[in-house]
Amino acid sequence: MTDEVVLLSTWGSMFGMRASIALAEKGVKYEYKEENLENKSPLLLQMNPIHKTIPVLIHNGKPIRESAIIVQYVDEVWNDKAPIMPSDPYQRAQDRFWVDYIDKKVYDTWRKMWLSTGEEHETWKKELISIFKQLEETLGDKPFYGGDTFGFVDVGLIPFYCWFYTFETYGNFKMEAKCPKLIAWAQRCMERETVTTT
Amino acid sequence: MADEVVLLDFWPSPFGMRIRITLAEKGIKYEYKEEDLRNKSPLLLQSNPVHKKIPVLIHNGKPICESLIAVQYIEDVWSNRNPLLPSDPYHRAQARFWADYVDKKVYDLGRKIWTSKGEEQEAAKKEFVEALKLLEEQLGDKTYFGGDNFGFVDIALVPFYTWFKAYETFGNFNIESECPKFIAWVKRCLQKESVSKSLPDPHKVYEFVVEIRKRIGIE
Repeated sequence: MTDEVVLLSTWGSMFGMRASIALAEKGVKYEYKEENLENKSPLLLQMNPIHKTIPVLIHNGKPIRESAIIVQYVDEVWNDKAPIMPSDPYQRAQDRFWVDYIDKKVYDTWRKMWLSTGEEHETWKKELISIFKQLEETLGDKPFYGGDTFGFVDVGLIPFYCWFYTFETYGNFKMEAKCPKLIAWAQRCMERETVTTT
Repeated sequence: MADEVVLLDFWPSPFGMRIRITLAEKGIKYEYKEEDLRNKSPLLLQSNPVHKKIPVLIHNGKPICESLIAVQYIEDVWSNRNPLLPSDPYHRAQARFWADYVDKKVYDLGRKIWTSKGEEQEAAKKEFVEALKLLEEQLGDKTYFGGDNFGFVDIALVPFYTWFKAYETFGNFNIESECPKFIAWVKRCLQKESVSKSLPDPHKVYEFVVEIRKRIGIE
């Protein structure tokens, strides 16, 4: 029986991109359905009645929700190629920690910076930059967060790269000046077809 | 080589309780270290420099932070005893989803109930009860969220029961009358030694919340 895979997402969503990249890494054929978040489809509301958010992966009619959970699911089901999670339990725990860190910190801080002005804005801007510096420190000298291979944290973070220009514009700073190693990492990721075609 | 397992924790923390239960389920011997959150130990600050929070599991000197991540780590390492996550990827994804739902909803709403008043508190209570009812629906007629076996979602959720007396007293409502199936599930969980020995007395938690409220000036 051939797998039927559908991804409900929106073009600008960093979380949706994580799912697309994971599917591309595994070479999974799927149907992409663009959602209009101001007019959510009956399918989305039926598949994610609890949060009503994208992305939702629908595999043979069954929904999987939350981007980090989707990526792990894709890795477990299509386990014959391109492993995303490390095999070592401690490394796996570290990867989950950093994706959780990205989830807890990046988006919320960005929003706070975007929606504030004056001193408050400056505070959130400093916080956002320190978050990226932390992520740069975590990368260290490795080519990818996964070491030599593109892994869970790489998938978790790279979609935010296309938002860097927006962060920079609203925050009036240059990411390359603040976090050059992170930019170098992002450029390495962008050499991957699975990332650029997403 | 014998495993060295240490848990940095704070007795009323539902997040710490999750790890205590998991270690008990797996029969793992460990050293419990109580942290004073107003005077965090050098070990805690060194083990969790990013968030500086408990719980932290330290296995052979290496720290694992965030309770659900630590539970999954224990499951991965001690995989031959008492599996806590389903083997099927789809059911595993569902278990992770519901544990994440507990993290997104139960703690924050519960906290709002005992720290706020008036309309804000009423809104929090309403949402809290809705969340428990949704979880009740998810439980259905199963013995545990894990089905016949106590599992990941049960572990993620049952510790919050110890805070119910505090929520009910300060929120002026009764959870059992709103969500009887939920309480029935809690009671089944409490029959397990791994749970009953890992959870503090709700009365003690309530007294702790009374103290905190005084300290942060809520009247």
